[in-house]
Amino acid sequence: MLASPKTPRWIRAEREGIHLPTTDWWIDPSRPAANALVTHGHADHARGGHGQVWATGATRDIIELRYGALTGGRGLDYNEPVDIGDCITATFLPAGHVLGSAQILLERQGERIIVTGDYKRRPDPTCAPFQPTPCDILITEATFALPIFTHPPIEREIARLLAAREANPQRSILIGAYALGKAQRVIAELRRAGYHETIWLHGAMVAMCELYQRHGIELGPLALVSEASRDALKGQIIVCPPSSLNSAWARRLPDPVNAMASGWMRVRQRAVQRNVELPLIISDHCDWNELTGTILELSPEETWITHGREDALLHWCALHQLRARALDLVGREEDDTG
Amino acid sequence: MERFARLLTDLIYTRSRISKLALLADYLRTAPDPDRGWALAGLTGELSFPSIRAGIVRDLIRERVDPVLFALSRDFVGDTAETVSLLWPAPPGPVPPSPAVSEAVALLSAATRATAKPVLAGLLDRLDEDGRFALLKLATGALRIGVSARLAKTAFAQTFSVPLDDVEEIWYALRPPYTDLFSWACGAAEKPDITSRPVFRPFMLANPLEDGVLDLADYAAEWKWDGIRIQIVHASGETRLFSRGGEDITASFPDIARAFAHEGVLDGELLVRGGAQGGEAGGAASFNALQQRLGRKVVPANLQAEYPAFVRLYDVLFDRGEDLRRLPWSDRRVRLETLVSQLNPGAFDISALIEAGDFDELADLRAAARATDIEGLMLKRRDSPYEAGRKAGLWYKWKREPLTADCVMMYAQRGSGKRSSFYSDYTFGCWTAPESEGGVLLPVGKAYSGFTDEELRWLDGFVRRHTVNRFGPVREVEKTLVLEVAFDAVNPSTRHKSGIAMRFPRISRIRRDKPASEADEIRTLRRMIASDPGSAAASTEVRPGD
Repeated sequence: MLASPKTPRWIRAEREGIHLPTTDWWIDPSRPAANALVTHGHADHARGGHGQVWATGATRDIIELRYGALTGGRGLDYNEPVDIGDCITATFLPAGHVLGSAQILLERQGERIIVTGDYKRRPDPTCAPFQPTPCDILITEATFALPIFTHPPIEREIARLLAAREANPQRSILIGAYALGKAQRVIAELRRAGYHETIWLHGAMVAMCELYQRHGIELGPLALVSEASRDALKGQIIVCPPSSLNSAWARRLPDPVNAMASGWMRVRQRAVQRNVELPLIISDHCDWNELTGTILELSPEETWITHGREDALLHWCALHQLRARALDLVGREEDDTG
Repeated sequence: MERFARLLTDLIYTRSRISKLALLADYLRTAPDPDRGWALAGLTGELSFPSIRAGIVRDLIRERVDPVLFALSRDFVGDTAETVSLLWPAPPGPVPPSPAVSEAVALLSAATRATAKPVLAGLLDRLDEDGRFALLKLATGALRIGVSARLAKTAFAQTFSVPLDDVEEIWYALRPPYTDLFSWACGAAEKPDITSRPVFRPFMLANPLEDGVLDLADYAAEWKWDGIRIQIVHASGETRLFSRGGEDITASFPDIARAFAHEGVLDGELLVRGGAQGGEAGGAASFNALQQRLGRKVVPANLQAEYPAFVRLYDVLFDRGEDLRRLPWSDRRVRLETLVSQLNPGAFDISALIEAGDFDELADLRAAARATDIEGLMLKRRDSPYEAGRKAGLWYKWKREPLTADCVMMYAQRGSGKRSSFYSDYTFGCWTAPESEGGVLLPVGKAYSGFTDEELRWLDGFVRRHTVNRFGPVREVEKTLVLEVAFDAVNPSTRHKSGIAMRFPRISRIRRDKPASEADEIRTLRRMIASDPGSAAASTEVRPGD
């Protein structure tokens, strides 16, 4: 067994989030806190009701879109160190997960801790790429931490999507994609693949797509499904929240091919359970090789593992003689953001 | 293998029966021989490779992937073949050409216990993920991809415009890769002649009698014996016993096989001598006694003596090469009575007809049968031909109380007290519509009693081996195990999505022999709501012994 490592006294993992007790700052707290550092805008990380919220400008815009205007805190640029008290400096670094997503580097008297938030290592036209940064303690996510999860190249999945469209000229292609991040990435990747026709949106997707566009992300021509006739949607690509697949809303579409863009689609039964005909393995999280590769690359003295399949990653760390421990954070379950 | 692998993947993601049939038809029409025949065998569950055991697959992957990581992955995926197909490391170097289905089948068939591992590994090394999944599904038996044997045969019949009944009739006489079947269907050969061969013919089945009164002038009544329905065939000097699904169970009942040398095909109930069904001499024991004899490849003499089996005959399909199936039941009954008098009375008797003046009297007789283990009554239309399958209006089963239904285990939870640590509380469901028509299972009740300690250990093991999901203490299981659930009544319920609640449900039997797709539909349960448990309307769809 490895010796029990020393844990800095200025950071604690609580069920409600990562806590810096000496300055009372929280990272991604799951209940209202006076001072919150927020890694990104997904609901399991960014909740309403905090006092001051420090986050990237894009993340603050996303939070305001979802929860209303923020009253306290400020927007930060990537790589802009800020002092949060007790000699602790916080620096937001790109995480490559969704627009505005950040890892948070915490430094105090030479000790360096990185909280990755959610992250991925693949290129994504809608957000800045993950910035690998050496650290003493790496607090990593583990959403897809099982060796069965190896995400294929996104080009392959986009090609399958376009092939399904070609093969079904009388049907619409309905893609269930999480409204923040996944939807815009799928759209941007379709554009990169040379698809320039109008992409149709469920009403719930519109505001977030507009937010992305305001941040300079090119999404091409978009329009509301409700503005098109049923016939006009034949052979068209439509993006909706995953919960709208198989819903009453979807019934007015022309015989939709149900597609879903998610890392969970790697497992057949996951797709079948959601009545998905065209599973697209597109994830905004690291796959197994990227998670383990990142740990090896950053080579921290210790790895803390947050939400997901922490047992498998913990076991892998033990196999590789790497110090690791699992954190028990609430509210970080398998969800559609995968 | 790529085409077959793509077919399986497409079928998995396809819900509608019509689309499934179209996918199957496209494959059957265009795939090369003999691949399509082997594929058809795989789809109908007719392939088996005795030397490829599930343990071999696990051993192979554990040699390549850390066993704990495999176990966690298997736990998440819920399917060994899929887990292994996802985890299998691609060998270094250029990918060798993928094997054809026929090549894979030939290699797997030729494998011995000693060579099974390298043979399987060699094949997996030549396939991509979907190919590995298809190969492992083929190699280890049950495909479980939402395509029944019946659907595959239906697709075959539609593809080549041949009658499904003809396909069913000759099916059991043919062997993969079904070259003669394809030749006939494509018009290149005559229909294979099977009359002189000891092969299974599809059973005639009964529908549950749900309401109404039958005129006994049109219908004859018999007891519904609680054993297993069998077909006994003697042709060209050979005797075979087949179970309801066409499985050859001759080896389990050598005593019966030895006692039958009359050229023909008979339909009856396999029972063990005892007192639970019928009481006096000539009675039959309960189903549990018969279970001692089931599933054995070799039956020791003492077991044959302790649990003497016999067949209670219901019908005759062929007599000395003459096909009697088009005759009315009453004529076949006369032939059967003549025939049974020539058979060994220790091994064969005839299911007696019940004399009742009218339907009310019959209902009284049925109610009186509650004290015994008899399952209920059968009502057969006197002019009915012997028709394969479950044709409406010809045969009915009219089961006695309690109400029972075949449900599928969905979730399990650990029990408390004596049962703590055992998964002993089961939530089970019934279908919203036939699975082949896109029906899904909805929970209809929960039970934690009715099984023996031995059955509990088995159920607990099943839950652990087939968990697909965990929700705190609740485990979601693969929806494959059919539980016969007995209950006193069905009440409407707004608390449950299925709209019904069972009163005092208990597990009455574990139905390992029954595929989940054949479990009951919710509407069958819903129909029981209004009915008085003592009335004629309270019968229910259930066992295969019909």
